[in-house]
This record gives sequence, C-alpha cells and structure tokens, in this order.
Amino acid sequence: MAEKVLMKGNEALAEAAIMAGCRHYFGYPITPQTEIAAYMAKRMPKIGGTFLQAESEIAAINMVYGAAAAGKRAMTSSSSPGIALKSEGLSYLAGSDLPALIINVQRGGPGLGGIQPSQSDYFHATRGAGHGDFHMIVLAPASVQEMVDLTFKGFDLADKYRSPVMLLSDGTMGQMMEPVSLDMGEVKEYDKSSWATNGTKCEREHNVVNSLFIQPDELERYNFERYERYAHIEANEVMYSEYCMDDAEICIVAYGVAARVSQNAVDKAREQGIKVGMIRPITLWPFPKAVLNAAADKVKAFISVELSMGQLIEDVQLATSCKKPVLLCNRTGGMIPTTEDVLASINKANSVGGDK
Amino acid sequence: MEFKRITLFCGHYGSGKTNIAVNCAIKLKKDYKKVAIADLDIVNPYFRTKDSEKTLEAHSIKLISSEYAGSNVDVPALPSQAYSLFDNKELKAVIDVGGDDRGALALGRYAPLLKEENDYDMLLVINKFRPLTPDAESTVEVMREIEQACGIQFTGIVNNSNLGDETCAQDVLSSIDYAREVAEVTNLPVKMTTVREELYGELSDKIDNLMPIRLYVKQSWTIQEEKH
Repeated sequence: MAEKVLMKGNEALAEAAIMAGCRHYFGYPITPQTEIAAYMAKRMPKIGGTFLQAESEIAAINMVYGAAAAGKRAMTSSSSPGIALKSEGLSYLAGSDLPALIINVQRGGPGLGGIQPSQSDYFHATRGAGHGDFHMIVLAPASVQEMVDLTFKGFDLADKYRSPVMLLSDGTMGQMMEPVSLDMGEVKEYDKSSWATNGTKCEREHNVVNSLFIQPDELERYNFERYERYAHIEANEVMYSEYCMDDAEICIVAYGVAARVSQNAVDKAREQGIKVGMIRPITLWPFPKAVLNAAADKVKAFISVELSMGQLIEDVQLATSCKKPVLLCNRTGGMIPTTEDVLASINKANSVGGDK
Repeated sequence: MEFKRITLFCGHYGSGKTNIAVNCAIKLKKDYKKVAIADLDIVNPYFRTKDSEKTLEAHSIKLISSEYAGSNVDVPALPSQAYSLFDNKELKAVIDVGGDDRGALALGRYAPLLKEENDYDMLLVINKFRPLTPDAESTVEVMREIEQACGIQFTGIVNNSNLGDETCAQDVLSSIDYAREVAEVTNLPVKMTTVREELYGELSDKIDNLMPIRLYVKQSWTIQEEKH
C-alpha cells in the first residue's frame, strides 16, 4: 500500500504491529493509549489474531511473556502508571531473553498524574524499567510515520537481539493525526527453533525459557553474555537525526514531541541569525553518544528540551563529558514547551554559552 | 444545503466530525438567531468541541458540553443541559456525536425525542483516507454499527475525505467516486463535501455542495515548515 492514509499515532502504531506479524496483543485500558487496544480489538479477530483485555497490566505483560516464549511476535501497550506496573514483567522478559514490543504512551506523573503528554518516563525506560542488570532498546518516534516505521523496526530488533524493545511515545504522538505510508517491505523471519517453547512434537529436546539461575557463577555468566550483546547493540543500532547542524553554534537535543516544537524554534532562531541546530535521538538506548561528543567540540552550548524535570539532560552531559554547558528547557505535568519557550532558551544559550 | 432544526454529525473515529460541527454552527449563525452546539462525546477526552469555546463564544453560539469536557478529567459524562436542545424548539442545533458505535451509544437516550419531533438530519462523516474506511463496503459497515448503537437512521452523507495538512485538490477529487458509491449503496444523498478553505477556490466549480472548513484549533507541535 504505497498510497497514504490519515491516521492517529496510536492507530498507526497498531496497524504497523499487525503488518510486522504481531498477532498477539494483550493490554489493559488507560488514557492516552486506548486507541491501540480499540484498534487491535477491531482488527485482530478479522485476521485470526488474538486481542485480549487482561484483568490487569501485570497479567497483560505476563501474557506477552508466554506468547513470546512460544516464539510469537507479541506486544502490550500502556501509559506511564500502567508501564510502571509492568516493570517486573519487563525484567523477566529481559532475564529470559525474550523478544517483545512494549509501548509506553507517556502521560504526566508521578503517581496517577494526569492524562496530558509527558516524557517523564525517560529514566524508567533507559535506566531502570525493572530490577536487575538489563537494558531495553528504546525507540522514540517524532511523527506518525515514525510510529509506523519504528514499530516495524522494533519487532525486528526484538527478534534480532532476543530482547524486549520499548517504543517510548507520548500523549501527543499517540493522539495526533498525520498522513502515513504503510509500505514497509518484507518482514524478516528469525529462526527461533533453538529456544522457543512451541511444542517438541516428540522430535527434539525440551526448550526451556527461564530467568531463575540459583548458582551465582551461572547467573553472572548469563549477565556478562547479555552485556556483550548490549555492547553489540550500542555499536550497531544507534539512530538519530540532525537538523541544521552543519554550522550550528548551539545544539538542541530533543526527542518526540519536544523535537517537533524545537524544530520550529530552530527555524525561527535562524531567521534571527542565530546559528542553532538540533540532534534528535531516535534510539534513547543506545543513546547517540558519539555524534553528541563530536558536536561538543564544535558548539558552544547544548539545550536539552524535554517534557520532564531534567532527565534527558543527564545523557547529554554524560555523552559530552560536560565539555560544554547544557541548558535545560522543560515543561512538565502535561504541559508542552512552546516555540517561544525554546527560543528564550536559545537566546540564553547564545549569550551565556561561553567561548568555543 | 438546507438545515433541519437539528443536525447530527456521526461517523468513524477521527473522520472530522468535531471540526465540521463547529464550522456548521458558525455557518448557521449567519442565518439564525439562536444556534447551539452540543458535544455528546463520551469516549475521547481529547479534541473536543470545548477546545473551540472561545471561537464559539465570539460567534455567540451556545456550547452545551459536559462539565468534564476539556477538564483533563477522563470521565465519560453527558452534558446536563443536553435536554434543552430538544425542549427549546427555537434553537437551531448542531450535535457532535462521539466516534464509531461506541461514541454513538450515548445518542440512543435522545433517540425518542429526535424521532418524535422529526426535524433532524443525521449525517455520516466519511473520509476515504482513513485506513478502516477506505471503500464503500467498510464505510457502510461502520455506518450500520453506528445506527445499531444509537437506534437512529442516517439521512445523509458528508464527504470529508482528506489527508490532513497534505491534502491537495486532487485528493478531494479522487474521493468523489467513493462518496458516490457510499451514497448508492446506502441510498442516501451526499449533502455536502467539506474542504479546507485554502482549497475551496480551486474546487468550488468542480464539486457540488462544497463547504469550506477552517481549522479553529492550532497545535504548537504542528511542524510549520515541511522538511522535504
């Protein structure tokens, strides 16, 4: 289907999951991601898939665990408080090396928070989405088209690395409508026969999916092996986009909806003659450290634009070894920074940014 | 088109009902003294008629909306003043119904009043660029589900086929056959075709009953410049 259709971010993501071969969706309703479940409820029965509204978020993530263990492409979606509930399951998925796609359409927090968009689960997604040593690949779309492309890619990365992948969206991305192309090419199939528990047919040894390793040396070995895989992901799967960075003296770092607002601010600042550009991480883990570190040798200051109380900013500081000042331009609680907010920060960075 | 006392806009989720309802209310206000718009959406807490409150106020159009609409409180509730629409026969009213059958369910409680007065149009808003309603067959399926949920039959069609900001005149022209097919299958008239006002001049002599539509709610996160 090369022709474009008009879709809401949440719907586009759901359709992309189906096109990626996902036939098992387990979820529990929460605003602002309910369209994903509603879309799946309509579509799955028509294509022989499973839509199941679980009794809780915890049940849903463990159903994903089961389907993934059987070698099927499975997903769940929720919003911030619901994702927090799924954290235990995320750790179990990682500990059992199971592929799955988890969608977080973020809303304001902490606690029950509110229903307006937020990016305040950045730490949760990139640092500690559960107990134990593990990472998830974290993808951050900034358009409805990217909701489609990254959902498709997310399933592929999950299978490729036998790892849970999180798509970190937000209420705005989920609710906005834009034209999209659903032309995504072939789904790459991965051989799961060495581990999937999909029936021995009395023809092979049992496969075991497990995250319990009582002997410490054994558990340590699995963790070291997993982190070797993570090193490979960090070396090979970083994604970002650059905007007006060629001659930039100030570099905005922003993802998702914050990057959309920032792009407008960059255009306005350029009209005023300020040389500003933007690096937009598309993978939040692995974080685009190298490109930011290289930028730090050229620009005089960075600005982290985010819908959180200074979370993304820490990765910018780490990636650049604090070589240049990093300003914070943020709103929280469901508020979105305006173009003017970002412009004010650009002006500040321009005046106090210091020497190159 | 001629407007009955009450015009209801129903259709698939995201087909453009709310914006068309607001534009229609403003159009009606030019010819009628008392115009009201009612928001009966109990499904979606976002993109509500309430977002156009200031525009409606500026046009002296009465907004009947749940006290929870636009409050960020995610409570499915109907407006307490909804019955005034049916009691006050002097009003020219526009009703913005929630999307799909789930959204139309709430309309059912007012069905007996609508039928008793029998001075209404219930219009199906369609967009062939929405992925679940790309053809007449799927559109009619959604339509039947809505009719079953609210217990009222549609009386006409509004062709709002568009691709958002990227819509060009050719996209609208390419939807004419689709709308005609829906009309033939359902035996309902295409009461109007709606287009963004920027496209109106280009299309007004090519499409019958064309109505220009303005987007009253602008979002900060809309990317201003196309990055082709």
